[in-house]
Amino acid sequence: MHTKTLSELKTGLAKAEFSSVELTEYYLQRIERHNPDLNCFITTTAELARKLAIEADQKRKKGDAGSLNGIPIAHKDIFCTEGVRTSCGSRMLDNFIAPYESTVTAKLAQAGVVMLGKTNMDEFAMGSSNETSFYGPVKNPWDFERVPGGSSGGSAAAVAARLAPATTGTDTGGSIRQPASLCNVTGLKPTYGRVSRYGMIAFASSLDQGGPMAATAEDCALLLNVMAGLDAKDSTSVDLPVPDYSANLNKSIKGLKIGLPKQFFDSGLDQNVARSIQQALDEYKVAGAKLMEIDLPNMPLSVPAYYVVAPAECSSNLSRFDGVRYGYRVSDPQDLEDMYKRSRGEGFGAEVKRRIMIGTYALSAGYYDAYYKKAQQLRRLISDDFKQAFTKVDVIMGPASPTTAFKIGEKSDDPVAMYLSDIYTIAVNLAGLPGITIPAGFVQGLPTGLQIIGKHFDEARLLNVAHQYQQRTDWHQQVPNIFK
Amino acid sequence: MSLDADQVRKIAHLARLAIREEDIPGYAHNLSNILDLVEKMNQVDTDGIEPMAHSHDAVQRLREDRVTETNQREHFQVNAPQSEDGLFLVPRVIE
Amino acid sequence: MQWETVIGLEVHAQLATRSKIFSAAATAYGAAPNTQACAVDLGLPGVLPVLNKEAVRMAVKFGLAIGAEIPSRSVFARKNYFYPDLPKGYQISQYEQPIVEAGYLDITLEDGSNKRIGITRAHLEEDAGKSLHEDFHGASGIDLNRAGTPLLEIVSEPDMRSAKEAVAYLKTLHALVRYLGICDGNMQEGSFRCDANVSVRIKGEEKLGTRAELKNLNSFRFVERAINYEVERQIDVLENGGEVIQETRLYDSDKDETRSMRSKEEANDYRYFPDPDLLPVEIEPSLLEQVHSELPELPAAKKQRFCSKYGLSAQDAVQLTASREMADYFESVLADSGVEPKLAANWINVELAAALNKDGLDIEASPVTAEALGKLLKRIADNTLSGKLAKEVFEAMWEGAGSVDEIIEKRGLRQITDTAAIEAIIDKILADNPAQVEQYRAGKDKVFGFFVGQAMKATQGKANPAQLNKLLKDRLIQ
Repeated sequence: MHTKTLSELKTGLAKAEFSSVELTEYYLQRIERHNPDLNCFITTTAELARKLAIEADQKRKKGDAGSLNGIPIAHKDIFCTEGVRTSCGSRMLDNFIAPYESTVTAKLAQAGVVMLGKTNMDEFAMGSSNETSFYGPVKNPWDFERVPGGSSGGSAAAVAARLAPATTGTDTGGSIRQPASLCNVTGLKPTYGRVSRYGMIAFASSLDQGGPMAATAEDCALLLNVMAGLDAKDSTSVDLPVPDYSANLNKSIKGLKIGLPKQFFDSGLDQNVARSIQQALDEYKVAGAKLMEIDLPNMPLSVPAYYVVAPAECSSNLSRFDGVRYGYRVSDPQDLEDMYKRSRGEGFGAEVKRRIMIGTYALSAGYYDAYYKKAQQLRRLISDDFKQAFTKVDVIMGPASPTTAFKIGEKSDDPVAMYLSDIYTIAVNLAGLPGITIPAGFVQGLPTGLQIIGKHFDEARLLNVAHQYQQRTDWHQQVPNIFK
Repeated sequence: MSLDADQVRKIAHLARLAIREEDIPGYAHNLSNILDLVEKMNQVDTDGIEPMAHSHDAVQRLREDRVTETNQREHFQVNAPQSEDGLFLVPRVIE
Repeated sequence: MQWETVIGLEVHAQLATRSKIFSAAATAYGAAPNTQACAVDLGLPGVLPVLNKEAVRMAVKFGLAIGAEIPSRSVFARKNYFYPDLPKGYQISQYEQPIVEAGYLDITLEDGSNKRIGITRAHLEEDAGKSLHEDFHGASGIDLNRAGTPLLEIVSEPDMRSAKEAVAYLKTLHALVRYLGICDGNMQEGSFRCDANVSVRIKGEEKLGTRAELKNLNSFRFVERAINYEVERQIDVLENGGEVIQETRLYDSDKDETRSMRSKEEANDYRYFPDPDLLPVEIEPSLLEQVHSELPELPAAKKQRFCSKYGLSAQDAVQLTASREMADYFESVLADSGVEPKLAANWINVELAAALNKDGLDIEASPVTAEALGKLLKRIADNTLSGKLAKEVFEAMWEGAGSVDEIIEKRGLRQITDTAAIEAIIDKILADNPAQVEQYRAGKDKVFGFFVGQAMKATQGKANPAQLNKLLKDRLIQ
C-alpha cells in the first residue's frame, strides 16, 4: 500500500479497494515500526486518526467525500492543530496544546484528510539539518548517520520512508526544498501569499510559506489545490483565484525556456551533485526544452541578506514567548526580569538564541541602516535579478542543495557552514517566488534534488514541468530498501 | 565585526535571554562569524535603492469593523503557566 | 531671571470602533478580565493582525479636520519591548510613515485672541493591556481586554507657553475628536489620555531646554496642575545651578507633585522596523473625498459662524461650541423660540451651565430640554417674566415641577405689566411716605431705590422692573 502515491490512494479509496480505516491503520503501524529509527514524528495522534478515518469512511458512504477524503497525512509541528500539542520543535512549547486550528490544517481537514501526527523539525524552523529540534535529530532514511535536511526534516523523512503518503512543510529559506532534495522527495514552496500563514508559527513573516511534500508533483498538485487561497485572517495572503493545479500536469513542455543561473553552478557545488543535475537537465533537453545560461548577479549575497532579514523578524516574532500566557516558564522566578530571561534562556535552544541575538543586534539603535536597511535594499536587487531573468525564460533550474545529505554533527558547531547549505534556496524566499524540488538521482546512494523556480503564482507551470520529468524518470519512486 | 563578551551580554539583555557566563565566549565567537558573513553585503553599493520589506507590491487589505470573536477565556487559559480569577499572573510588576 | 515655558502634548485618543484595530474582538469598556481578548489579542503563536477599516477612516477624518497632509501610503511598524501587558513583546504602531502628517489646531485664549498650535503627526497604534497589582499574593494580574484597542496618537509641536494654553489646546482637541465622532473623550476610562513634554528656557533663548515627560494626567485640571508644578520644579532646579534630566515623571494628584518614574536607568531601544505581517496601507483619493464629504461643521467654523451670524462674543461662542451637543442645544433653543441669540447664549452659558455643573450632568442629560428653555426665554421676551422671576421658574423646571406656563400659573409668578395697577401701587407708596418724596424732590436721588424696593415688596417682586422705573420717575417728577 505504501508504494502507492497519494493520487493512487485517492483512486483506491474512491473505488473502495480499501477503506480509510484500513489505510490509516496501515500507516499507523508503519509509523510505530519505523519511527523509533527515524524520529520523524514528535507526536503521533493514533486515536484521533482512527476517529477521523471512521468519519471519512462514513462521509464517503453518504456521498459527502471531500477531495482528499480519508487520505492520511502528517503535519509539520509548526501548524497549530486544536487540542493537539504544537511544539514547533521547541522546549518552549513542549506543553503547548494549540487552542485553535491553522488555516492550512483546517482546509485539509475540510477536504477529509486524516491527521497521523505532527512531524519533527528544527526548533522554530531555524536550521537546515533538523539537529536543532528539542526532540532530537531526525535520521535520513537513506543513511541513519546523516541528516534529512531542515527545517522540514521530519516531513521529508516521513514521506521518503513512506510513513505518510504526504506531509505539510514550511519554507523560509529552503526548509521544504532542501530536505526534499536530501531525502528524495517532491516538495513545493508556493509563492509568498499563495497559502495562508494563519496558525503557522511565525519564524520570519515576510519569508515564511507553507507547502506540500509528497512522492510526486502530481500529489503536490492535489494538496496545493486544497491548501492555496485567500484567507481573511492573513492579510498577506493574496486574492487571486486558485487554478486547478492538476489540470495542466500533462501539458507538453516542448519549447519551454529554462534559465540556468551561472551562480548556481559555481565552485561551491559538489561535482557529483553537479553531474546529477546536469543529467536531469539533459532529460529536459530531450523533452524539447531550451536551456540557456542566465545571470543573477546579486544571488551570492542572498545568504548574507537573509541572515539579517530572517533573524530580525524572528527576534521580534519570538518575543511573545515570554512565559506569561503559554509556554515554558521557570518554576522559581525571582522577579519579572528573571522570569523573562530564564524562561527564554532555558526554553529556547542555542541556534534560536543565536538568531534572536543577531536580529536584535541588527535592529538596535545605530545599526539598523548598516544591517536591516542594507539587507532590504539587497533584497530588492535580488528580486530585480529574477524579474529580469524571467523576461527571457519560463522557469529557472539548478540544484536545491550544494551537497547530498551530510553527517549528523558535521556542521552543528559551525553555524556559518550550516547556513551555506541553503545557498541555492534562500534567494527564492527573498523574492517571494515559488520553487519546487524533485528527486534527480543519486550520488553514492544519497539522493540529489533538482530545484525549479517559477514566476510569481506560476505554481501550475512548476508542477507541469516537474510532472513531465517524473513521467520520464523513476527517481521519485525510489525508497530505501528497509522501508520497501 | 567582532562582538566582545560585553556586547553579547548587552544584546542578550535586550532580548531577555539568560546566557550562562561560560557560554558567552562561544556565543561571541559564533555571532561574530555570522556578522562577518552578513557583512559581505557591503560588497554591493545600494545607495538610492528602495528597501523591500515585502516580496510583492501589494497593499493592505482592510477588515470591516465587526465583532465576531466571543469569549473563550477558559479555553485560552488552559495553557497559562499561572492564572487566577481570569487573570494571567506574573511576578509583581514594579512601576 | 525671566523664564519661558515650552509645552508639547502627546494625546492618545481611543478610537470609537466596535472591534479592535487588528482583531474582531469587542472594545467595550468594563468587561470581566480577559473575556474580550481573542487569539490575536493574546498574541498566540501563529496569529496574524488584520487592520480595521473603520480605524483607518477615523484617522483620515481627524487628519482632514486638522488640515493635515494625508500621505497616499502609510506603514505599520513594530515597537519592540518586553512588558507583561504587551502580549507580543512588541506594539504595532507607526514610525516612519504615519497616516496623518503635519496639521494644526486653532485655540482661543482667555483674552479672546486665537493661537495656532501645530500638530506634528498623528498615527495609529494598538493599546496594551493592564497590569493589576493588588491581591494576588505578591503577583501581578494581567488583563488583556484592552490589548489591541485602536488608538490615535496625536503629537503636537512644542507650541504652548503656559499650562493654560496647554489646557486650551487639550480642550479644543477633545471637542474636535468628539465632534468627529471618533472618540468618546472619556478621560476617567482612559479614552482620551495625555502626556505632556515640559521644559523651560530663559526668555529669548532659541534652544529648547531639556524636557521632562509627564504622565498620568487624567483630567484637564491635573494637566494644568502637573505642568505648573513641573515648571516651578524645573526653574527651581536651574536657579539653584542644577540640571534638568530628560526623564518620565508621574503626576501624583493626591500630593499634587510630579516624581521621577525611573525604576532603572536604561535607555530604551525599541528596534522599530516595518511590520512584515502588514502591507503598506494605501489611502485612495476616493476615500479622502468620501470622508471629507462626511465631515461635520467643525468647532472652529461653528464658533466663527456663531460670532458672525448671532453676534456673540468670542468667549460665548467658544463655550457654546465646546461640544456638538451644546451647540445643537443652543441652535434648537433659537429655532424653537425665536428669541435674541444673546439672551439664549447668556442663559445657556450661565444658568444652564451652572445647573449642569452642580448636578454633574452633560447637556444631553439636561432635565430642561432646548424646547422648554426656549419657552421660558419667550416668556422673558414677551414680558411675562422678569429675569429674576425667570430664574425662579427655571429652578422649578429643573426640579421637574412642570412646564413654564404651568409653573407661572401655579405659583402666580406672572409679571405685573398693567400700568394702572402699578400706578395705583406707586400712588399709595408715595402717599404713605411724604418725607422720602420730599427728600427725592430736594435732589437726593438715592431715595429712588427705596421706592423701587417698596413697590417690589408690595407686588411680591412681580412688577415689571422697567415699567416700574419709568412710572415711578414720572410720578416723582410731577
